[in-house]
Amino acid sequence: MALHLEHVTKKFGDFTAVDDLSLSVGDGTMYGFLGANGAGKTTTFRMILGLLNATDGRITWNTDPINYKTSPEIGYLPEERGLYPKMKVDEQLIFLGQLRGMNKSDAKAALQKWLDRMEIPHYANKKVEELSKGNQQKIQVIASLLHNPKLLILDEPFSGLDPVNVELLKEAILEFRNNGATIVFSSHRMDHVEELCEELSIIHHGRQIVSGTLREVKQSFGKQNVRINSDNDLSKLDSISGVTSVSRSIEGAVYQVESEHIANTLLIAALESGPIRHFAIEEPSLQDIFIEKVGKAHA
Amino acid sequence: MREFMIIFKQAFVTKGKTKSFILTTAIMIAAVFLFANMISIIDSVKEMTGGIEDELYVVDESGELSDSLKEKLDATNSGIVVKTTNESEKALTEKVSSEEINSFLIIGLDTENTIQANYTSLSALDFGRSAMIMEALQSIQSELKAEQLSLSAEQLQTLFSPIHFEQHSVSTTTKSEEELSEARGLVYILVFLIYFTVIFYSNMIATEVATEKSSRVMEILISSISPVKHMFAKVLGIGSLGLVQMMLLGIAGFIAVKTSASNMVEGVTSFFGFSNLSISTIVFAVIFFLLGYFLYATVAALLGSLVSRTEDVQQAIMPIMILVILAFMIAMPGLTNPELVFLKYASYVPFFAPLVMFLRVGMLDLPLWEPLLSIAIMLVTISILGVFGARVYRGGVLMYGPSRSLKDIKKAIQLGKE
Repeated sequence: MALHLEHVTKKFGDFTAVDDLSLSVGDGTMYGFLGANGAGKTTTFRMILGLLNATDGRITWNTDPINYKTSPEIGYLPEERGLYPKMKVDEQLIFLGQLRGMNKSDAKAALQKWLDRMEIPHYANKKVEELSKGNQQKIQVIASLLHNPKLLILDEPFSGLDPVNVELLKEAILEFRNNGATIVFSSHRMDHVEELCEELSIIHHGRQIVSGTLREVKQSFGKQNVRINSDNDLSKLDSISGVTSVSRSIEGAVYQVESEHIANTLLIAALESGPIRHFAIEEPSLQDIFIEKVGKAHA
Repeated sequence: MREFMIIFKQAFVTKGKTKSFILTTAIMIAAVFLFANMISIIDSVKEMTGGIEDELYVVDESGELSDSLKEKLDATNSGIVVKTTNESEKALTEKVSSEEINSFLIIGLDTENTIQANYTSLSALDFGRSAMIMEALQSIQSELKAEQLSLSAEQLQTLFSPIHFEQHSVSTTTKSEEELSEARGLVYILVFLIYFTVIFYSNMIATEVATEKSSRVMEILISSISPVKHMFAKVLGIGSLGLVQMMLLGIAGFIAVKTSASNMVEGVTSFFGFSNLSISTIVFAVIFFLLGYFLYATVAALLGSLVSRTEDVQQAIMPIMILVILAFMIAMPGLTNPELVFLKYASYVPFFAPLVMFLRVGMLDLPLWEPLLSIAIMLVTISILGVFGARVYRGGVLMYGPSRSLKDIKKAIQLGKE
């Protein structure tokens, strides 16, 4: 059981939306799909779902292309809310569950379970348009999980949720993963990706500019952060060769360095200007990597 | 097939349950009952209020006309009550303008014994009433003149005896004027009904599709069911709802006419041709409604799939609304003369046929091949539009952004292929 994309390219006329994208996601794996707005994420998802055909390359789920026969195995959460505004929550979820191959009574039981779990059982009889954005998002999430899919495509699942609900949703998604589901999700929130995903890709203008496990991505980035907290003036450290960028805070500064031995040079230089309170060599965050890679590609 | 039924049911049930649908149907049924009982309602209102006497104040300058006027008006059941008065014209005019009385008449004879009448009422619009008074005065005048010429009553009658005028027609399709007026009412009502339901349901389809698209529920739907199946399930679901609504109205109309308390109903039903309720007309009405609906609904779904916001739906479906209205305008003159030449041609044009061919088939004795040919033309058009619509729809539902109509159709087909 796995999702494979092999050299997938999608062109709209002269415009290349996705360029030679390859990735594979195994069972019980969560795959993070990152990219700036307009990078080609939604197009990729639409190709995975079979809504669009790839211009080139192959997409398979368990060795077969995805089609309407496999749709009961797939859960999809579109980026913007995709619900009937005027339909009641329970009717709507039963309808969508039925479309994914459930029978009515199973759908009813499942929706009750999920509404309880998401702590919104009292909304079953309300129209979707009467709910707040966050609660609509919860209904949307339930709609994608209701039929117990094996492959979950989540486009920005956390948008509009408060921290408490983000935790609720994370738990639910992790449970699916632990039960062996294959999950692909996109997000702008790097901390969520870092916390949840074993593997990830960053795409920019349709091209995959970073991919691999979280570990690999961080190691191959090569740069590290050195955090120094001090009450003295550290400005002379900025010009040490090997420092690629500096971000200053009230407490001190974080230096991005090209290799680990520059950290020593920084420590010595910092001690020369006086005592320091904190010194640490930190891994780059996904945020740093994203900004660096995508920012560079922009330029 | 399973998914098809789910979408079909969803379209049928959720739309059927909406307040607007229930309310519209209820109002239409109420209107049917109200219409069927109109006369008894008017009667009972008259009884309750005691009725208002239709008074006509008459200033008779000759002194000999008012009595015969009273007689004539009574004889024709006009309901006008003559009251003689001697008030001045000025005083009476004031009374009319203050709406104390509704009209007055000053009559006199000139030197040649010709009646001079002067009728004053608040508005110049009650033609019927002034015509009745004029007619009464005219016949008084004839009598006066006859007397003057010493003609006997018999001689007078011969003078005014009517001619014999009989109309024959050689066209095989024509119905007699009698048959025509019998068919006219039913056809009139059904043409209206087809017109309104086609507009109503095409609108509903386009709005539904645009709503699903703008709320992005479409992406979930078409990842479970192919856009083509989805489109046809939707069109069929809402079409069935339309058929149910028409049947409800039909049953309501039947019950209303049968149970109507007024003894005037017979007059109404025969006037509208219900007494000879023609089964074939009803069957053709259902057939042409369905064909018209599918024809327009397929295009409506296609156009609805091109817009991303429900606000743009009306603009997008404008072309087909114009077509329906055009069809209606072509059909209208046919109600008085169904043999007009352009109707014959229009009844084979797919977008006009549902109204125009139905009108002709209902009002004329057409050979069966004519409606069958028209039905065949429509079926072919519907299939072509269905295939074309499905191709546009497949891409259209994935397109977002401002719509520029015709260009978008090309773009949508392109996207659908991809």
